[in-house]
Amino acid sequence: MSILKIENLTKKFGSFTALDGVDMEVNEGEVYGFIGPNGAGKSTTIRILLGMLKATQGEAEIFGKDAWSHAVDIHKRVAYVPGDVNLWPNLTGGEVIDLFMKMNGNANHEKREQLIKKFDFDPTKKSRTYSKGNRQKVALIAAFASDADLYILDEPTSGLDPLMEKVFQECVLDAKAAGKSVLLSSHILSEVEKLCDRVGIIRQGKMVETGTLEELRHLTRTHLTVQTKQPLTALNELKGIHNLEEKGSEFTFQVDTEEMDAVIRYISRFGILKLESAPPTLEDLFMRHYQSEERAGTGAEGIR
Amino acid sequence: MRAGNFKGTGALARFVFRQQRFKILVWLAGLIGITLLVAAAYPSIYKDEHSKQAAFFTMENPAMVAMLGPGYEMEDYVQSVGAMFANEMLLFTVMAVAAMNILLVGRATRGDEEDGRIEMIRALSVGRLSHASAVLIVMVSANLVLAILTAAGLAVLGIEGIGLEGAALYGALLGASGLLFAAVTALFAQLAETSRGTAMFSFLFLIIAYLVRAIGDVSSDSLSWISPLGWVVRTEVFAANNWWPVLLLAAAAVLSGLAAFYLHAARDLGSGFIAPRRGKMHASPFLQTPFGLAFRLQRTNTVVWTIILFALSSSFGAILGDLESYFADNELMQAFVEADSAYTLTEQFITLLMAIMSVISLIPTVMVVLKLKSEETKNLTENFYSRAVSRNYVLGSYCLLSVLVSLTMQTAVAFGLWSVGGAVMDEGLSFTTTFSSAYVYLPAMWVVIGLAAALLGAAPKLTSLVWLYIIYCFVVVYLKDLLRFPEWMNQLSAFEHVPQIPVDEMNFVMLAVLTGGAILFLVVGFIGYNKRDLAG
Repeated sequence: MSILKIENLTKKFGSFTALDGVDMEVNEGEVYGFIGPNGAGKSTTIRILLGMLKATQGEAEIFGKDAWSHAVDIHKRVAYVPGDVNLWPNLTGGEVIDLFMKMNGNANHEKREQLIKKFDFDPTKKSRTYSKGNRQKVALIAAFASDADLYILDEPTSGLDPLMEKVFQECVLDAKAAGKSVLLSSHILSEVEKLCDRVGIIRQGKMVETGTLEELRHLTRTHLTVQTKQPLTALNELKGIHNLEEKGSEFTFQVDTEEMDAVIRYISRFGILKLESAPPTLEDLFMRHYQSEERAGTGAEGIR
Repeated sequence: MRAGNFKGTGALARFVFRQQRFKILVWLAGLIGITLLVAAAYPSIYKDEHSKQAAFFTMENPAMVAMLGPGYEMEDYVQSVGAMFANEMLLFTVMAVAAMNILLVGRATRGDEEDGRIEMIRALSVGRLSHASAVLIVMVSANLVLAILTAAGLAVLGIEGIGLEGAALYGALLGASGLLFAAVTALFAQLAETSRGTAMFSFLFLIIAYLVRAIGDVSSDSLSWISPLGWVVRTEVFAANNWWPVLLLAAAAVLSGLAAFYLHAARDLGSGFIAPRRGKMHASPFLQTPFGLAFRLQRTNTVVWTIILFALSSSFGAILGDLESYFADNELMQAFVEADSAYTLTEQFITLLMAIMSVISLIPTVMVVLKLKSEETKNLTENFYSRAVSRNYVLGSYCLLSVLVSLTMQTAVAFGLWSVGGAVMDEGLSFTTTFSSAYVYLPAMWVVIGLAAALLGAAPKLTSLVWLYIIYCFVVVYLKDLLRFPEWMNQLSAFEHVPQIPVDEMNFVMLAVLTGGAILFLVVGFIGYNKRDLAG
């Protein structure tokens, strides 16, 4: 069942098109990774989902209700953590957490105390003294202490230390185990790989890739490191070989997944001494979209 | 203070100027423009000796002395229209200059530090005191320009009685007092830990200086010597032209500036000398609502303004006793006023006072509505709207709070005048008259609340225009007779439609019309606010 659904979403600020026909769907019990370079439109999408910006065109629905006109109703079951948490400087962290929980109307005070301990947070200090990480803890504690069905997390860990990031990941996995849905926008790709069931990549206001991690991996390349008995020749003439580097008798390169078979057959004729392969990472996929300036906005395509 | 402390000051001064240039330009244009406009209008108001003598008697009365400073000798008024001009304009212009310096310096020093911008500058190869000295260089230049242009402008107008030396002194007084308040604000920026605290301490200093001078000018001359504003009004500019207060102001500015630099060099970045307390673990049930939060955010501000308005109106109340006895002793004055109207001097004074105080009450009132705008700019409303809170509820909370603040402020004004005025007068003041003379302005104040809400909802980029409207209302109240605006321009001010109790009859129809206008504005604001995108 889909919890969150976006169809052909377009948002224009004057003549600037921030979102251009975005589609997205998050299902119940699913963690959806939303990635893309800065300024690609992630936060605009999330602001529309929160009913703070009005879509120029298209649909944005949460729990089957329109995100703009039913914002207040929807938010009773939504918890949101922004990437840049802004707090009132003269209120303490504890006061802000209480305020946030109360506004959503489903406060769980026991969980609040647990999370404060888990995140190692001092709620008695005034907000102006908190670092970025500590301000994020305020929003995270308030979010995970409330009993939401959908968590919208916009780069929630950018200021956390590795230890706290682990606590955060546990919280997300707990939510998932309880059947909740999560929309996680993040730059930390290892985090997305670890937590997310499905991923969408947005670039210049358009979704350029969507699918499960497995599906996306098919579209990408595998790292290979080989050493052969006889000198390996004419490797660069093969189809599907990229970023070839030679280090003595050792070669490292990337192979398009669908050319893998042909490449291995070719190499094995030289007598393999050493063959190491590394799985394609989300980062490779991501980098290709970040870097492909010349193919700007042409949409999803796997093979160069 | 080592020389390395000032590395890069020149480049930073240009940088600070680049950030503040628009604000400085608007302030200078406004201050110089109004000064010259008013000065140019004076000769046509006081044409003959009789009108100048009448003005002398008006200025002589204790209420006027408290408000504007001690008057001149009779022959000064007769000889020079400049003396009259200085008497009426100098003190309030100096206070406006002080406000300019407090706001600009507070923003550029503690404000930038609080927002983390100074941190980035300090990380460059730049001295510890460079940014602070850059700010002071910019402020010295701005005040110098103000002094020179005002002096030159007044001299060029060629008004009889506004001579070159007087014009130079008038300009120098504005510049020197501006510098003093710039330096004092820089000093408070070291003591307080926030930009709000800095502005609060600095304005408190200004208000105390005003009150001390007011009490001193009426009752004891030596008390006025404590206050820098007391020095300002003792220059007898355009008459005796005493220059020593300018030197005194400059010396005080240098001393405060040095103290600010000393403390700045000694303290940690981001800290102040007044330490913050440890906070609460939990929010009170009241705080856990957007209304409670809005109240909490405005609490200090509201309390401070209530005290300010109470103090201002009770200090005017304190004069009412003197006003009466002065009035009783002075036959000429009696004839002057009697001929003019059927009301006592006290009653006429109350109507003018209430009009002015109501415009001042608008400042904290409108600040409440505009707080919602600044919350949005700071991405703080995101915290509401990402949760189950409706836009109507939030905007409604701020508007309701604003109306409550308007009520509180007018109550403080009426109570201050009634309690203190009643105590010093022989007959006392009528409770009903005093309170209704203050409350009668509420509907007009709500129109301005409505205007602020309408701008916030329908034209958020223009929200700060509401300040222009308030300034306009103040100018109309204070200077309409002087500047002789056409009637339709006076009518643009909501305050002009308010019946002036006790001189005018109560006019409930007009009050209902004003309230209706306020509601109309509010409706526009709510519709717009529900329809538009929110910045954060």
